[in-house]
Amino acid sequence: MRVKRILQEKETALQDSVDLTLIDPLIEKYKSKKGSMIPILQGTQNMYGYLPEEAFIKIAELTGLKLSEMYGVATFYTQFRLNPVGKHIIKVCHGTACHVQNATAISEAIEDALDIKDGETTEDRLFTLESVACLGCCSLAPVMMIGDETYGKLTGKQAVKIVKEIKIKESN
Amino acid sequence: MEKTKVLVGLASCGIAAGANKVYNKLLALQETDKLDIELKKTGCIGMCYREPLVEIIDETGSYLYGEIDEEKAVEIFDKHLKQSEPVKDYVVKSDLFKAKDDSFWEGQVKIALRNCGVIDPENIEEYEEQGGYKALEKILKEKISQEDVIQTVLDSGIRGRGGGGFPTGLKWRFAYKYKSDQKYVICNADEGDPGAFMDRSLLEGDPHAVLEGLAIGGYAIGASEGVIYCRAEYPLAIKRLNIAIEQAREKGYLGKNIMGVKGFDFDLYVKEGAGAFVCGEETALIASIEGERGMPRKRPPFPAEAGLWAKPTNNNNVETYANIPYIFLNGPESYSKYGTEKSKGTKVFALTGKINHGGSVEVPMGVSIRDIIFKLGGGITDGKKFKAVQLGGPSGGCIPEYLADTIVDYDSVTATGAIMGSGGMVVMDETTCMVDIARFFLDFTVKESCGKCTFCRMGTKRMLEILERITQGEGKEGDIEKLQELAYQIKDSSLCGLGQTAPNPVLTTIKYFRHEYEAHIKDKKCPAKNCKKLLTYTVDPEKCTGCTVCAKNCPTNAIDGERKEVHTIRQDACIQCGMCYSKCKFDAIILS
Repeated sequence: MRVKRILQEKETALQDSVDLTLIDPLIEKYKSKKGSMIPILQGTQNMYGYLPEEAFIKIAELTGLKLSEMYGVATFYTQFRLNPVGKHIIKVCHGTACHVQNATAISEAIEDALDIKDGETTEDRLFTLESVACLGCCSLAPVMMIGDETYGKLTGKQAVKIVKEIKIKESN
Repeated sequence: MEKTKVLVGLASCGIAAGANKVYNKLLALQETDKLDIELKKTGCIGMCYREPLVEIIDETGSYLYGEIDEEKAVEIFDKHLKQSEPVKDYVVKSDLFKAKDDSFWEGQVKIALRNCGVIDPENIEEYEEQGGYKALEKILKEKISQEDVIQTVLDSGIRGRGGGGFPTGLKWRFAYKYKSDQKYVICNADEGDPGAFMDRSLLEGDPHAVLEGLAIGGYAIGASEGVIYCRAEYPLAIKRLNIAIEQAREKGYLGKNIMGVKGFDFDLYVKEGAGAFVCGEETALIASIEGERGMPRKRPPFPAEAGLWAKPTNNNNVETYANIPYIFLNGPESYSKYGTEKSKGTKVFALTGKINHGGSVEVPMGVSIRDIIFKLGGGITDGKKFKAVQLGGPSGGCIPEYLADTIVDYDSVTATGAIMGSGGMVVMDETTCMVDIARFFLDFTVKESCGKCTFCRMGTKRMLEILERITQGEGKEGDIEKLQELAYQIKDSSLCGLGQTAPNPVLTTIKYFRHEYEAHIKDKKCPAKNCKKLLTYTVDPEKCTGCTVCAKNCPTNAIDGERKEVHTIRQDACIQCGMCYSKCKFDAIILS
């Protein structure tokens, strides 16, 4: 059901203070356009990596969009996140083709290596692990995507190696 | 003499396989050697299993090289491009001699994919060279009436390629008939079926064909605005669409008074979906464009009467629009000559799963599923036994091996209990558990149900719980009947296609693989050896080297044994997690 995230507790520890002026141009651009709620939320998320509560309130005040409706939309679509994420988002594909080629093993290997569960972020805020429906690279199944880079024909070990390489690069 | 052309397939899957590196390598070589060749980027060539692909077209003919890495690129550059000596070992297809992958192309007819892998999708001139925007020009210059445009589409026999199979011409006629000051055309590019990527290939490989199809659709129904609703998971498709729209505006194919025809204004924009499978349903898609939660609305009124912003709206799928310019350029009979009596033309399929030649293929309707899998697809990976093919994603069903001679057309596929769907074909072998596949799809629909209709929201959840129990070895007598009962209730009581078709994967697997359900429930066995909880893990004394890796990783300490001695698993402590099996480097863990 598309309402499950309402039940989640807010991870207050991870919330940052955000610079709300960043979204001014976005609000200006979409303020008077009809049907602009989703683009505003997408733009906001692009800016912060997630949708901060303060941004919701500011958008509501300046555009007249209802806070309740925005929350409804933000929790309906899987794209929107209400909590901050890691610098790198690891998207492990769980489409049909990847499923029959054992995508579960990829997720499990990464969960093990990073000691996080699906949907969680590592303590150093470097990685967030997500399972996604089809990335559309079915012939290369199983597939994962980190940033704009797609990695295909993976095994659990290779996936972990890729993640570890990124980690090493980051620490240098 | 024409320059030698070098094309590198740079669609998402090519890039994932490393095609960008190959392109950059070739570019660097060309620059250092100042070689007079035309190096181009192109879209998806279709042979995803051979990515990265490089095609060289010289004065002798064409050579398609497969599985090219930087090293091989250097070799090809030196031998083929500099010394005119093709490296035949890497050639997978050529028009000069027999190559190893010719079977992949036999029987394919490229209409929707006509330009994919041929042109640079980011260059409008290349599309124009292939006859691009000529169909739109013909309609406008020859002043073909809206009725006649619709009649041509009807004559071609094309039916909705998104899966529904509703005649496109009829849909256009409905939207045309409603009078309104403003109408809209929508292109549904929210390809949400897990296991399908035909629309992505098309958008990345030939975005202008979709734009031209939309403009013709706009003209036919009297719409001046179009929206392409594309899923955000396809960043490259969105980028190329936006480039294409800019170029088409500059050239005057979009905008006001198109091609000097007074009063025909048409423009469009890309709307990024935000990740909801249900938005593939047209009324939910419209709600989403309007900025709301993507929940389906009651029909009637149909979108043709009151769609986007309550105005008459026509909505078709990417592949449908991509076919439209071809139909006008070559005449409706050039399209309707392919296919069966009720399903005309060609269909693009995404071949994936346990198949040797995974990729996208376009075949005339009426070809048998067996031919697609074994001739074009090259059969099953690792010589395993073909078990079933899944068509239509979460709304479709599994067709078993003994029905593989079923031909692909809307009616024949529907008769099996599956649906044609958008064209995803996921091939399964003997190691795929059909109960697990049903569980997988239900898990997907439970997450994706919008929650509006009770039976879809709660019923799918209850079905999933039963299926989870069965795959965990806790199935009970009567579970199959309960699943069927719930399935029919959900089908009967849901407003939109998602709910009405959600039980299909369960119903078809029960219909064709009831024995697998029974084995899970009664014998507590998974015949495909896939459901972990139903397996027994033992150590093969011949293969075990006593490396202790399994024992160290066992979460319940169920494995005993000294270093360099054969280990044993205590069955009473084993929780069937599969950790020992995945960690063992010597294949010494036996599943039974």
